[in-house]
Amino acid sequence: MTVLSIENLAVTFSTDTGDVPAVRDVSLRVRPGETLALVGESGSGKSTVALAATGLLAQNARVSGRISVDGTEVVGADESALARLRGRTVSMVFQEPATALDPLSRVGAQIAEVVRNHRRVSRAEAARAAVELLRRVGVAEPERRASAFPFQLSGGQRQRVVIAMAIANSPGLLIADEPTTALDVTVQAEILDLLRASAADSGTGVLLVTHNMGVVADFADRVAVMLEGEVVETGPVEEVLLRPGHEYTRHLLAAVPRLTVAEPERAKYAEKPERAGSAKEPAGSAPVVELRDVSVRFGRGHRTVKALTDVSLTVRAGETVGLVGESASGKSTAARVALGLVRPDSGSVTLFGSDLARTRGRPRRSLLSGVGVVLQDPVASLDARMSVAECVAEPLRVHQRGMSAPQRRARVAEALELVRLSDGLAKRGPRELSGGQRQRVSLARALVLQPRLLVADEPTSALDVSVQRTVLEVIAELQGELGFACLFVSHDLAVVQEFAQRVVVLRAGAVEEEGPTMTTLLRPETEYTRRLIAAVPVPDPVLQRRRRSALAAEATT
Amino acid sequence: MTAVLRASSALEPVAGYRLPLRRFAHNRPAVAGLAVVVLFLLFCFVGPLIHPTDQTHTDLTQVNLAPGGARLLGTDAVGHDEFGRLMYGGKVSLLVGLASGVLATVVGTVWGAVAGYAGGWLDAVMMRIVDAGIAIPALFILLVVSAITTPDTLGLIVVLGLVSWLVPSRLVRAETLTLKSRDYVLTLRAIGGTHGRAIGRHILPNSVSTIVVAATFQVADAILLVAYVSYLGLGVQPPSTDWGGMLSAGLTAAYSGRWWLIVPPGLAIILVVCAFNAIGDGLRDAFDVRGRG
Repeated sequence: MTVLSIENLAVTFSTDTGDVPAVRDVSLRVRPGETLALVGESGSGKSTVALAATGLLAQNARVSGRISVDGTEVVGADESALARLRGRTVSMVFQEPATALDPLSRVGAQIAEVVRNHRRVSRAEAARAAVELLRRVGVAEPERRASAFPFQLSGGQRQRVVIAMAIANSPGLLIADEPTTALDVTVQAEILDLLRASAADSGTGVLLVTHNMGVVADFADRVAVMLEGEVVETGPVEEVLLRPGHEYTRHLLAAVPRLTVAEPERAKYAEKPERAGSAKEPAGSAPVVELRDVSVRFGRGHRTVKALTDVSLTVRAGETVGLVGESASGKSTAARVALGLVRPDSGSVTLFGSDLARTRGRPRRSLLSGVGVVLQDPVASLDARMSVAECVAEPLRVHQRGMSAPQRRARVAEALELVRLSDGLAKRGPRELSGGQRQRVSLARALVLQPRLLVADEPTSALDVSVQRTVLEVIAELQGELGFACLFVSHDLAVVQEFAQRVVVLRAGAVEEEGPTMTTLLRPETEYTRRLIAAVPVPDPVLQRRRRSALAAEATT
Repeated sequence: MTAVLRASSALEPVAGYRLPLRRFAHNRPAVAGLAVVVLFLLFCFVGPLIHPTDQTHTDLTQVNLAPGGARLLGTDAVGHDEFGRLMYGGKVSLLVGLASGVLATVVGTVWGAVAGYAGGWLDAVMMRIVDAGIAIPALFILLVVSAITTPDTLGLIVVLGLVSWLVPSRLVRAETLTLKSRDYVLTLRAIGGTHGRAIGRHILPNSVSTIVVAATFQVADAILLVAYVSYLGLGVQPPSTDWGGMLSAGLTAAYSGRWWLIVPPGLAIILVVCAFNAIGDGLRDAFDVRGRG
């Protein structure tokens, strides 16, 4: 008895430049009440499998093999048969709740429409069902929320509405494609709980597509690992995550940054003597950047948003400070204040001992020459009209105008070598590079002037885990070599724990708590930090189950 | 790296620069437009060397001849060869059209880029000036200017350029607003790069497709505008002329059946303006930028 059975599925996309095989010979099964996680890096074909299962692939896709959903064949089925299937037998939850909902109609009406599509009920009954569904997915005051428009809801609430629509007709199969990737960790934990409860209630089978091993450990019963369009390993979650059989799975799991959550892992300190040691030294050294009581407001009048309130933080020479927090906590704004891109409404910023607000013109520019910047988006970080060499050379052109072309070329080559990129890439355009290569070009540009401070705003969040691992290694190694200080902004506590000596936790624009990384993340002083850490799923199903039940026990007491 | 990624990264550089060219080459109206423009340029600037005619002296023995023989398109009321005059007038029309279209685009680009990049009150003031300018019909300004002075070719270029930079400035400002918050511009500013560098090295090169498309439409508009102005007798003065002036001069003659005095310049204006618009449409689709519809 299976609710989804895929046999020998192959999908090929025909494009202007020829056929691109996306999925090859994939066979999967999902039983009622079971959750199968489909994991892999970008381009592995996991989303293509999910779309194929609902018959939603683009026009240029050629599909072969068999897909049956609750006994109905999907491959080659006509649109009307698929329409009957969708929303009743199989339903979907996508990554971006903002685009999954119609912005112009009320959420209650959107849920009611799904109900009426498949059941002969009156308008009033459907509206009542919608309110009931909103209650089931944990939306507070469902009667009132039913008449809200999507833009009036938060991201987490919107995803709850999407889930309400997905479970409206008690489908046999729920397909969730990265359902929590766009959400904060605390919201992610709630949404995963909700999905788990709704699936368990009605015996719905779930096909979960994700790149996040923590989510897999938290939620899945079985796992299928995809690589280049093929399934390389399938098995129960404990088996695959704890005793991976395939080399690629091992490689993938080794690359995942793991949040150390338990005290006895003190041995970890001993494993990294050089980092633990270097953490002590800079404590006495001069601060390279210091924010004191910084407040930033955006907008005017009654629409003013307080982005930062009395934030103080210091980065000393040679040390790495992790700036963590959920979205809209002000962490990027704080980094931009430190860079002088955002002028604080009150408070002061001291960069290398000079007050940034009082330094203008040439002295300000020479001050800023000591700063390197790496931002999040690998695509937007490099000007597509320049070659890699020109991108890296830009700081030299700004600050060392007298430099001759051969000298400049030598410095660029040197910087590219530092980030382990071959000199052959120098003439290429950014479009020809992968995301990881682009971020390393950004890093080379940041380091070409040998800065004393590197500000990295989510430098690896857009990258696959194995690529993230390489980029982080390069940064850490260069920091050891060149000794620059680093302000590292990230939403990923595991990355920060691995990378930073001290951590500053921001919440709603204010510093919630700060301290040495291990102390703060293992014995947080505030309830907020505790919840933040508890919400991060670890990629170990046994440990994660224990944490989840501890959390549930805490919630009931 | 997966097969899919490898394939798509091999595809991207084509999308970078060669694809717009190929798309343009497949756009038939655009290629036809380009051909028409090239032919007219050759006709007006190289033509007089092959078919030299006297366009400064009147020849009262040769007035109002019908087309035929050596006089391909006949002669006008003062004995100028009409075929040669079409070249002679076209020179002025095309020169003034191209130059003032380019001038308008340059002025508009600088204005729009500065306003968009600076933001704040400066942007507000600069764009209100643009709004005010758009509210006054260009033709009205031209009539006032021509009433005060009689412009020569250079004067005409400057005046036309200065009344039509408003639309390109709006387009470039919109483009600048999105480009100035790109990460590479932020990175440059964070390490102390100058505003001039941000605009000159990043924002303008990245809006070049918008600018080129805008310039093409500007040229089409300018050629039409020159024709208006000259038709009303306010353009370049005789014995110099342009297509609009020829239309104006030939109008009375048309009632007495001398069609050859108005049909050729009229057709020339229509063909060239349509050709530039087709090129603009083609470029817009090829670059995939927003422009006028």
